[in-house]
Amino acid sequence: MNTKVLVAPSPHIHSGDSIQKNMYGVVFAMLPALLLSFYYFGLGSIIVTLTAVASCYFFEFLIQKYLLKVEPTIKDGSALITGILLAFNMPANLPIWIIIIGALVAIGIGKLTFGGLGNNVFNPALVGRVFLLISFPVQMTSWPKALGFQTSYLDAETGATPLAIIKEGLNKGDSLTDLMAQLPSNMDMFLGNMGGSLGEVAGAALVLGLLYMLVKKIITWHIPVSIIGTVVVFSGILNMASPEAYAGPAFHILTGGLLLGAIFMATDYVTSPMSNKGMLIYGIGIGILSVVIRVFGAYPEGVSFAILIMNAFVPLINVYVKPKRFGEKRK
Amino acid sequence: MLKTFSIGGIHPEENKLSAQSAIQELPIPKIATIPIAQHIGAPAKAIVKKGDEVKVGQVIAQSSGFVSANIHSSVSGTVFKVDDVMDATGFRRTSIIIKVDGDEWLEHIDRSEDLVTEITQTKEEIIKRVGDAGIVGLGGATFPAHVKLSVPPGKTAEVLVINAVECEPYLTSDHRVMLEKADEIMVGIEILMKALEVKKAIIGIENNKPDAIAHMTQVATKYSGIEVCPLKTQYPQGGEKQLISATMKREVPSGALPIEVGAVVQNVGTAFAVYEAIQKNKPLFERVATITGKSLKNPSNWKFRVGTPVSDIIEAAGGLPEDTAKIVGGGPMMGKALVSVDVPLTKGSSGLLLLAEEETARKATKACIRCGKCVSVCPMGLEPYLLMVLADKKEYERLENDAVMDCIECGSCSFTCPATRPLLDYIRLGKGKVGQIMRARK
Repeated sequence: MNTKVLVAPSPHIHSGDSIQKNMYGVVFAMLPALLLSFYYFGLGSIIVTLTAVASCYFFEFLIQKYLLKVEPTIKDGSALITGILLAFNMPANLPIWIIIIGALVAIGIGKLTFGGLGNNVFNPALVGRVFLLISFPVQMTSWPKALGFQTSYLDAETGATPLAIIKEGLNKGDSLTDLMAQLPSNMDMFLGNMGGSLGEVAGAALVLGLLYMLVKKIITWHIPVSIIGTVVVFSGILNMASPEAYAGPAFHILTGGLLLGAIFMATDYVTSPMSNKGMLIYGIGIGILSVVIRVFGAYPEGVSFAILIMNAFVPLINVYVKPKRFGEKRK
Repeated sequence: MLKTFSIGGIHPEENKLSAQSAIQELPIPKIATIPIAQHIGAPAKAIVKKGDEVKVGQVIAQSSGFVSANIHSSVSGTVFKVDDVMDATGFRRTSIIIKVDGDEWLEHIDRSEDLVTEITQTKEEIIKRVGDAGIVGLGGATFPAHVKLSVPPGKTAEVLVINAVECEPYLTSDHRVMLEKADEIMVGIEILMKALEVKKAIIGIENNKPDAIAHMTQVATKYSGIEVCPLKTQYPQGGEKQLISATMKREVPSGALPIEVGAVVQNVGTAFAVYEAIQKNKPLFERVATITGKSLKNPSNWKFRVGTPVSDIIEAAGGLPEDTAKIVGGGPMMGKALVSVDVPLTKGSSGLLLLAEEETARKATKACIRCGKCVSVCPMGLEPYLLMVLADKKEYERLENDAVMDCIECGSCSFTCPATRPLLDYIRLGKGKVGQIMRARK
């Protein structure tokens, strides 16, 4: 008999789950939205996506290998996610050099300065996005219209997003009813037939991705549902209190980056809380802040800022919000 | 919706390869090596010496305290020596080594198959006899059974919960015993109910054993107060606290025993052993174990005598497969890796699992991606990622505050971790140290 045997403590088997599997699972879940963005925005969308992904890989490899002198971790799939998410947050006609700067900020500052995957406090793609939004406000808010596959890139026809139409209109004193009439129908907005960043227009495709991630147990329902639920409740209350001043829940859910943020950005493992209870608090926080910024703030869109602000609270939530312990007395 | 416990849990591949294999009897070994510590608590004291003749069923080591258990000879023959030999844990411990000579049993043991249903003994007599017969929990934890039957003053047992979930993947010994010895188990449960003075017993069985659920439910109709509770297949449902949560919807408080919520849990195999001890005068010196593994020729279930070398059961199942890299005593989640096939099977041996390297190899540890999966699978509501970090940093005070001592070491966290971090390894180290600190404080 063979007498050489392994001796190690239990458990002796493993689920086979891995970081890669989860990361590529998220990428797979993003495919419907990605493909739909190619359909709506055409060549520009492909260029923006490829540039963002390639730059994220490039900077991750370069910085890890030559600056930090550690083994590059590009194979784990997280740079790919950051690249796609970054592209999802950009207009389809963004100049290539701005995209590259965004990738450098996302990977270099958002991720690697904190120590790489697992240690960053803020979602890297959002760090890149918000940096660009502040630095290049004009380029970042000139959205091509969703016209079906178009071969033009930089000189595509542009138009305002539904959020911008409402924000600017209300600021000018137009009535909400008139403004709402200018918007695409709810169904068009759900299917992505409107202006906006690559990944935020197609609600239907994003929800498909969410369902995939839930079925595959890549994420749990807590964060997306608490964000969306909070926005529905909060914007519903505002709308009921003053229907002429505040748009209703359907508008808030279907426009801008809300679904993208709730499904793919806020659920980022590293920058979201560990316990289910913590996730709910985090999600509710994002929901409230999103509506507050959109309705009362200077920017038409608030999800990115809301997520980044709540990212900062995650370490605190992890320390103070403990999961319900087994056998704990219920109050 | 099928019942299960309240938080966490995982569902590993079941791999119940030996479920269809009827229990066979393993040949008596030529030499039996019987350790004097086959239970949690104080080791028994050897009362035989070299040259003594022993019979099957004879006490050869005496219980040395309240939490301790008698050890009986499983064979007849001559004591060859009493010496320190390596046991399944890899440590050298005192064992009684007997050269086997025939198979002569003590006369008062009833070896017939007749079912004896009438229970003549009183509560006190039952508890004493269970203790004398050296019965321990046969689920794997080997806690002396009479201790759990002795309800402390001021507490009352309401329900006897029978642990028949067999939630560990691969293992099927409880499953087979239920299919083949259901009546004996029911009488054993009645005996336990009498000892505990309870009117109700719940048998929890996971629904990956539909034949056992059907058979036990049907047999239970002949006995009053015993019900079968089918449960959703979910690991670690065999954990005492998890099983009580699943069957009774009560949560045993942190640091407390099941009796706190009126429950006493006994393994289904233990109920069978209790039947044999009370109705047949037969102490615990043999039991059923599963021998299994994907490469093994014949995954099967065997009744063996305590002290039989592990190599015998492997031979009986077709020999050690070429690709065996790890030999696990017990299931893949909580079993212990054996250092050799020469160690003896004991009262706690519920199974033996042969794993190939690709099934059991540990992958390189990666950085924690804070996915929270360890938190959501923890059946005790702990935060394994945090406990690992705190154990690594030797922050014992925080470990204690974060309830590290509640960990039941089920391994769900390590099993699940996508970054293949050895969470439980570190938590065990932390638990050991915090335990020491807590004892020193007392």
